[in-house]
Amino acid sequence: MTTVTSPVRAARGPRPSVPAVPARVRRSSLRKRLELTLLLGPALLLFAGFVLVPIGIAAFYSLFNWNGFGALDDFVGFDNYADAFTGSVFQGAIGHNLIIAGLSIVVQLPLSIGLALLLNRKLRGRAVLRALVFAPYVLSEAITAVIWLLMLQPGGFMDQLLKGVGLGGLIHQWVADPGLVLYTLFAVITWKYIGFGIILLLAGLQGVPAELREAAALDGASAWQTTRHVVLPLLGPTIRIWVFLSVIGSLQLFDLVWIMTLGGPANASTTMATYLIDHGFKRYEFGFGSAVAVILFVICFVFALLYQRFALRRDTEGALTRMVG
Amino acid sequence: MRSRRFGLSMGYLAAIVVLGVTVVPLLFVLLGGFRTNAQINTDPAGLPGPWVWDNYTAVLGSGAFWTFLGNSALIAVIATVLAVALGSMAGYALSRYHFKGREAFYTLFTLGLLFPLGVATLPLYLWLRQLGMLESFWGVAIPEAAFSLPVTIVILRPFMHAIPGELEDAAVLDGASRLGFFWRILLPLSAPALTTVAVLAFVTSWNAYLLPLLVFNDSAHFTLPLGVATFQSQYSQDTARVLAFTALSMIPALAFFVLAERRIVGGLTGSVKG
Repeated sequence: MTTVTSPVRAARGPRPSVPAVPARVRRSSLRKRLELTLLLGPALLLFAGFVLVPIGIAAFYSLFNWNGFGALDDFVGFDNYADAFTGSVFQGAIGHNLIIAGLSIVVQLPLSIGLALLLNRKLRGRAVLRALVFAPYVLSEAITAVIWLLMLQPGGFMDQLLKGVGLGGLIHQWVADPGLVLYTLFAVITWKYIGFGIILLLAGLQGVPAELREAAALDGASAWQTTRHVVLPLLGPTIRIWVFLSVIGSLQLFDLVWIMTLGGPANASTTMATYLIDHGFKRYEFGFGSAVAVILFVICFVFALLYQRFALRRDTEGALTRMVG
Repeated sequence: MRSRRFGLSMGYLAAIVVLGVTVVPLLFVLLGGFRTNAQINTDPAGLPGPWVWDNYTAVLGSGAFWTFLGNSALIAVIATVLAVALGSMAGYALSRYHFKGREAFYTLFTLGLLFPLGVATLPLYLWLRQLGMLESFWGVAIPEAAFSLPVTIVILRPFMHAIPGELEDAAVLDGASRLGFFWRILLPLSAPALTTVAVLAFVTSWNAYLLPLLVFNDSAHFTLPLGVATFQSQYSQDTARVLAFTALSMIPALAFFVLAERRIVGGLTGSVKG
């Protein structure tokens, strides 16, 4: 055994709470700096080069009128931003994102909580059930979109199913009706993501001690009262995280909409992200598209900061420190 | 007692409804691939009768499916290896070294959690064009790895931090350098967390649609999500074939999920559970 350890360090013995700053390292601070560069450098380079730089160049391009080719010489200041905000299509897109986010909270959340509570029993085949419920979540949005496009074809599977159970009157142009298309998309989103909510809440429910429920029951609380006043408050952190992920996801909705409707018909299902790609990429309005990208960043960023500040404050400690698989 | 039994039967009812809604669309696709277009047109919700294998064999024999599958796998593997390798090195530096600005670096990475790839894609596309990385697998895999770094580091840092300092002291006594400790002791001990972040990075890359859509023009480079969407619009008249293609592209994700279910569910719920 070759011992290069300094005797000072060995004599002092281990200090369990502080992750070791051996005297040796302090002496060879050059070596430590080298190691840090070696360890941290590549990740920082990758992160800066492909996450931070694009954000920076988007902010820069957004000040120009630019078709993506030729010189950047048509400086327009904040005109692109003004154009985006005053355009009715973009206003509509923001509205659609907000409707999806709102519907998620009003419809998906209670549905997930209700189903998780019902499924949180010793049901036979529980493991299989949990796996199957989660299956749509692992499929890509592209596959999900294609599946539902095929099911919702006029006169297709869904229509025949409705007719079969005597609900033929409900048949609609699911993705071609401008008044309905957003809700159709929401239903598909729910199908894909509800399993995630249920699994998350079931995991949260396992953290609710059975003793608490029993104590509440002994004190004469009804099942509903126990759920409302004991279980739900304890699910608080899980619910708050779910709301966060769900809103951020709704604000960035793209794949599903792009494949199912391209934002149509007549912009009835345009989202901020489809608007961004439609203008920036399809119509070569790169300056304008960059401005929309920056707007989308800022909206997500502001929401995240506010939510972090006001809703997650109590939970972040636990959420960040216990993030271990 | 009565209410408990009532609750249990409601539980089963909920289970059946949830199962039905989840599984029926998947079965529609799988079984539809075994039907002919004539069968589908006359009875969209029917079962195969007779069963035909032509759609599946045509897709499997066409080559396009295998190309997409290979591209997806290659990109996902590169992205995962990069994210886990660089993320674990950074996680080690940020959890077990003391230096000025450590928390600032960590905060910088966590900020990345707020910028998922989807939002940054257009500027990223412009940047990749400037770097000459369009139409290249690296042009998709490297940004995907970069965007996976934040969650990788956020999961790995506390895990590595929790590994007892005595182990490091013992390793140092035995003559290991700090890098030796990282490589020979810390990484093997972090295996559960490493698996979790690897699975998350892999699934994210595997399912990505927007970045490959912008970077790849040549269908020989397409990934599976891109391929499914393109196939659907190309063969919109041949529903049976589209169903077979879609069914086959679901299989890798579902199989991977069955194998790694505990990791995926554990990773996701663990990473957000308060």
